[in-house]
Amino acid sequence: MSEARYAVGIDLGTTHCALSYVDLRTSDRDDVAQDMMQVPQLTSAGSVEELALLPSFLYLPHPDEFPAGDLALPWSGGDGLILGEMARTVGARTPIRLVSSAKSWLCHPGVDRRSAILPPGAPEEQVARLSPYDASVRYLGHLRDAWNHAHPYDNLAAQEVTVTVPASFDPAARELTAKAAQTVGFERLVLLEEPQAALYSWIHDSGGRWRKQVRVGDIILVIDVGGGTTDLSLIAVTEHEGALELTRIAVGDHILLGGDNMDLTLAHVVNGKLTAEGKSLDHWQIQALTHGCRHAKEALLADPTLEAVPVVVPSRGTHLIGGSIRTELTREEVTHTLVEGFFPEVPVSARPATRSRAALTKLGLPYAHDPAVSRHLAAFLGMQVGATEDLLGFEPKGKSTFLHPTAVLFNGGVFKANLLAERMMRVVNAWLTSDDAPSARLLEGADLDLAVARGASYYGYVRRGGGVRIRGGTARSYYVGVESAMPAVPGLEPPIQALCLAPFGMEEGTQADIPPQEFGLVVGEPVRFRFFGSSVRREDQVGLLLENWSAEEIDELEEIQATLPAENRAPGEVVPVHLRASVTEVGTLLLEAMPLNGTEHWKVELNVRSSSDS
Amino acid sequence: MSEPPPSVLSRLLLALTTFWRILVDTRLAAKIAELRGGGMTAPPDAEGPESPRLKRAEPNAGLQLLGLLQQNGRFIDFLQEDVGAYSDAEVGAAARVVHEGCNKTLKQHFAIEAVRAEPEGTRVTLQEGFDSSAVRLTGNVVGHPPFTGNLAHRGWRVTEIRLPQVASDHDLAIVAPAEVEL
Repeated sequence: MSEARYAVGIDLGTTHCALSYVDLRTSDRDDVAQDMMQVPQLTSAGSVEELALLPSFLYLPHPDEFPAGDLALPWSGGDGLILGEMARTVGARTPIRLVSSAKSWLCHPGVDRRSAILPPGAPEEQVARLSPYDASVRYLGHLRDAWNHAHPYDNLAAQEVTVTVPASFDPAARELTAKAAQTVGFERLVLLEEPQAALYSWIHDSGGRWRKQVRVGDIILVIDVGGGTTDLSLIAVTEHEGALELTRIAVGDHILLGGDNMDLTLAHVVNGKLTAEGKSLDHWQIQALTHGCRHAKEALLADPTLEAVPVVVPSRGTHLIGGSIRTELTREEVTHTLVEGFFPEVPVSARPATRSRAALTKLGLPYAHDPAVSRHLAAFLGMQVGATEDLLGFEPKGKSTFLHPTAVLFNGGVFKANLLAERMMRVVNAWLTSDDAPSARLLEGADLDLAVARGASYYGYVRRGGGVRIRGGTARSYYVGVESAMPAVPGLEPPIQALCLAPFGMEEGTQADIPPQEFGLVVGEPVRFRFFGSSVRREDQVGLLLENWSAEEIDELEEIQATLPAENRAPGEVVPVHLRASVTEVGTLLLEAMPLNGTEHWKVELNVRSSSDS
Repeated sequence: MSEPPPSVLSRLLLALTTFWRILVDTRLAAKIAELRGGGMTAPPDAEGPESPRLKRAEPNAGLQLLGLLQQNGRFIDFLQEDVGAYSDAEVGAAARVVHEGCNKTLKQHFAIEAVRAEPEGTRVTLQEGFDSSAVRLTGNVVGHPPFTGNLAHRGWRVTEIRLPQVASDHDLAIVAPAEVEL
């Protein structure tokens, strides 16, 4: 393969995608030639604009909805789907044809992520639906086409591509993301966790001064609140042979809570006022109200002297003046709803409220039940209290009940509002003070919207040996369920044990040891295993068999499935196999079944059609 | 109906002979310059009195901008209404929609800066050879430059236009499609 000219970073976000690139030929050490690609996209019928962000929305138009020529893009080969800004605006009026938040669906353990389930509310016979995986392929395909159109002599397939994923993505979602990227032709691909990308971007922006702003023993808490998700990571500053190193020591759970929830909540509050005045809004007007509230909120959060900002819901018809509804958003409402609702000052012992999960009667995203980012953060720090135990140079946890961060890096558009960033810092520092720990400092200068894409392309550059790397490997240990051998008792499930397959912190391109336990696979028949992960059990080694564990320390993931092909074997024959875990160079977990008598390897599928849907 | 384009050889011949004719014949040189300046539509041998050149503004750009202002700021809806029939509060409420949307459109598609950086109300002096299309003289306009006067309006200059690309067979005359909700 020829030498790549660019290191390309792609932020495949829940609400927006962005692409940044570094020209490797003209970059040298800290002098990095970095830029953002302007992404051509339809902004309305027949109109194509270049924007820095590609909204992650797909619209599946009805054949009679738009003249075919009106959906033309600068490159040929479109398939009639609308993607980006126009999809978002058109989809607001016709939600049954709009695919949004596909990335959250990609990490939804309750659904088959490769079956056509989006948009979830679409009438099945009327709208040809897409799978969450297909949606990712489309977004990446659009970025590829845009890149190839702008760089006809440097095809994206030949560049070093880094695609970011939430730190909280499970192995199956990571694998699907990697597969989607490979489907659109990225051959030199690596995955990078978004909070790490944000930190890389901060390091790059500091132009070498970051070494003065952090010291050994620091624990950097990255709080990334995007449009749809909240992603938490802890990164420790360590030392190796006299040089500063960064080690990612923990990642949080997948929390579906973000800026869009905040805007919706505000619109709900204002709509409540209008309803009290006897004015009722239809679906279209509520969309417009949400839009208006977002602007009003931004104005109020930016200017502390404003007490209220008018919000006007325009009429739908041509009579703009008579038909518009005027109301306002007050500072009191913003403070109460956003600051107290999403960033309340709670003790560090607080935990998110959970509702017992309702039966899967209705297909929907598992949104966080508790809107308080503070409580999710408290739970994360409490759970990770022992995260630095293996590292040299860090205070032992002693009697503290949560891990003490010493620095905070924000990411995501939500923190453009100083009021919210300040409140979050105050909450964290109040916890630290209550534990007699020094206050955490804010790492300034983060680029809140584009940091993930920019950090990703910078990472592609430093991977070639240009600068500091964040180490850490996998942020979970993984286990497979093993039924213990005991006589069957009618009506009782046999107790299950968890066999450790992959230890915590496996680096890319490494293989775990092979545990001695054997599994019997039936040739030609899919065999399912229960699968578990833990973000806190750092000491478990391969082959360890757990009898008991608490629900907090080990999460059950989606089942995995092994199928032995019938080649050279009689169907129905039972073949004893070993299971082995490795982490690919791309950064995905790979499980393989290896027969005891033979040299074959069979891949164990991480993404299996869930048993709840037939 | 038109003749096939001349061959490479005949074009070369034509270029060489015209080269000398342009050098010696000033009238021909002026015509060629006009041709190269984009005046390809000028009839080849139209003799006539020298007239100030006028061109019709390209209608598509106007339609496109009108469409954008309507789409984002309800511009046409607002101007088509009879403001006299409503109270100032009602007009004001609608004006916020128009202002927010049109402001966003303007910022997104144009880079605009003041022609004169000085604050309005200051005395400014215009040297000989100032750009009379960028600065308009008003009031007691007599004498010769340098002119000194009061800056009444700073002026605006568009330094960059970033209009969207348009699909070739898109009907720009529809600045807002009718909407029918099913």
